[in-house]
Amino acid sequence: MIIIVSLLVLAMLVAAVAALIYRDLLSAVIASCLVSLLASILFFFLQAPDVAMAEASIGAALVTAIFVIAIRRTKRYEE
Amino acid sequence: MKGMTLIVKTITDFVVGFIIVFGAYIVLYGHLTPGGGFAGGVIIACAFILAMLAHGKDVAFSKLPEMVAHIIDSGGALMFLLIGWFGVTVGFFFMNTFGRGEPFRLLSSGMILPLNIAIAFKVSSSLFLVFSALAIFRRRSFRAMIEDELA
Repeated sequence: MIIIVSLLVLAMLVAAVAALIYRDLLSAVIASCLVSLLASILFFFLQAPDVAMAEASIGAALVTAIFVIAIRRTKRYEE
Repeated sequence: MKGMTLIVKTITDFVVGFIIVFGAYIVLYGHLTPGGGFAGGVIIACAFILAMLAHGKDVAFSKLPEMVAHIIDSGGALMFLLIGWFGVTVGFFFMNTFGRGEPFRLLSSGMILPLNIAIAFKVSSSLFLVFSALAIFRRRSFRAMIEDELA
């Protein structure tokens, strides 16, 4: 159990740092989507499936779609 | 807003129905299993958003026109309030007056099931409207707005 949780937290940290480092904003959005997805799996393993469902549907799907639309409206690459 | 490639369109046509059925399942069984009106409504809204991203805005608005989405949006809020006022006829506001039924069955929670359905209508249509507003509205210059105001 502790191994699964620590692996998920490590993967979340890697995805969050990748979202900071990327110059391509679309890749950064996908990396932050990965953070939300791993957080929802973490919530599921911590026995909160209700929060996991809300996190997966909002954080991973809806926010990503809104960010993709925002990137399509503005510039794709960070200066 | 134009559509995407043929692969994306075909897979979207295949998947959208399953997403809506899954969202309806989460709404209807919200009082027995994890989920509820909000999570199911977001999933149903995500199905329409996926259709809009893949096919463009014309196809999405032919499935769910903007006026119908506005009506469902306001109707969900009114339905929530009316179910709440239904309790006043017996006791107080939001009193659980419906039959409770047998535990662990679908009709076992009184007014929580209709309230979940009302929240799902409200959340799904309003999130779809928020997303379509973000995707469609264009920026207008300040000068054009003032000229419209004066005209």
